[in-house]
Amino acid sequence: MPRPAPAPVPGSRADVTRPRARHATPSTDAALLDLLATIPDPEIPVITITDLGIVRAATLDGTTARVAITPTYSGCPATSLIALAVESRLRDAGLTPAIETRLDPPWTTDWLTEAAHEKLRAYGIAPPTGATRPRCPRCDSPATTEISRFGSTPCKAQWRCDACAEPFDHFKCH
Amino acid sequence: MSDLFTFLTRMGDNTLVLGHRLSEWCGRAPALEEDIALANTALDLIGQTQMWLGRAGEVEGAGRSADDIAMLRDVWDFRNLLLVEQPNRDFGHTITRQFLFDQWHVAQLDALTRATDAPVAAIAAKAVKEARYHAERSAGIVVALGDGTEESHARMQAALDRLWPFAGEMFQDDATDTAMTDAGIAPLPSTLRPAWDETVRATLTEATLTVPEGTFAHAGGRTGARHSEHLGHMLTQMQWLQRAYPGATW
Ligand SMILES: [Zn+2]
Repeated sequence: MPRPAPAPVPGSRADVTRPRARHATPSTDAALLDLLATIPDPEIPVITITDLGIVRAATLDGTTARVAITPTYSGCPATSLIALAVESRLRDAGLTPAIETRLDPPWTTDWLTEAAHEKLRAYGIAPPTGATRPRCPRCDSPATTEISRFGSTPCKAQWRCDACAEPFDHFKCH
Repeated sequence: MSDLFTFLTRMGDNTLVLGHRLSEWCGRAPALEEDIALANTALDLIGQTQMWLGRAGEVEGAGRSADDIAMLRDVWDFRNLLLVEQPNRDFGHTITRQFLFDQWHVAQLDALTRATDAPVAAIAAKAVKEARYHAERSAGIVVALGDGTEESHARMQAALDRLWPFAGEMFQDDATDTAMTDAGIAPLPSTLRPAWDETVRATLTEATLTVPEGTFAHAGGRTGARHSEHLGHMLTQMQWLQRAYPGATW
């Protein structure tokens, strides 16, 4: 008996290019940006790629969508996943993707939106504020201690709250 | 082969080889936090490699990608410093190697952000932020372990004694360096030495470690003339998949 073809591996080229539910085709640059604002960060899905400030340009040229994305950290494994997610979302909306990786100027956490700060805090991650010590995202105590300068993703460090004793992630200033 | 291509492979091979060395710790570091830190540092360095060797491929114009350059060359074509190919040995050696490299790397990248070559300046601006973070961490651990227990101090001193003769290669000038300096791209390596000496010695003193007196410097990595025996063994691991299955893609 013939076996059915296996489902494509998520994120693979076969997955990205397969036909699927369509999004409405944006007709303005603002609508294109709105479309991109629906794409979650693969590692911290409560924030979107526009919250992160990595979409540096988004313009329509007929049915071609020119999108410039800047990487967060050079070796962040999410970077290629994000490019794939953008590509598939643009295709789903009937657009031809033209995605550019833009290095200059380098990404900084200053580009995180205010909404991103709120979403991170609600998710239990202390947002980057530039203060010497981040406040505990759970109890808001300013008494916190760094456990490790690195965390589960390149953008985070591990901290502990001295008041409620809970460990938490800190989105590092960069 | 153009001087710019050689320069770009020197930058990219340093980060590639050191990044791979650090990845060898993955799952084996002395503490979970250190395991994660080493893996994250390795990721940053491999990401920087993508940029340096990717640009090298563009400059060369022969259609080679960063992956082609990283995975399909043999020892004699690598242009990394001998320091970064030295084996991990213990955590003390790994951190000392990182510290000596990071202090040079930050100064080099900082100078490159002012390069007249726009792609070089852009890559450096991206990488220097990461390198500064690496440098703060490795210097902090050098002090903690050097000025730590009798055991940690002895291991750090042994690592420093072994690795110090590999530091001098970072500051040796050759014709490629002169060409890069004349083109306004990179500083002459020897000009970075005084500031490096000052900060490195200050940290080592704080770490209660004794700076070795010898001025002998092993060389041959960044020119490709003579790598140490360790690089070839490392490449058999790193390039195993491409050697066993040529052309395999993800
Ligand atoms: Zn708390």
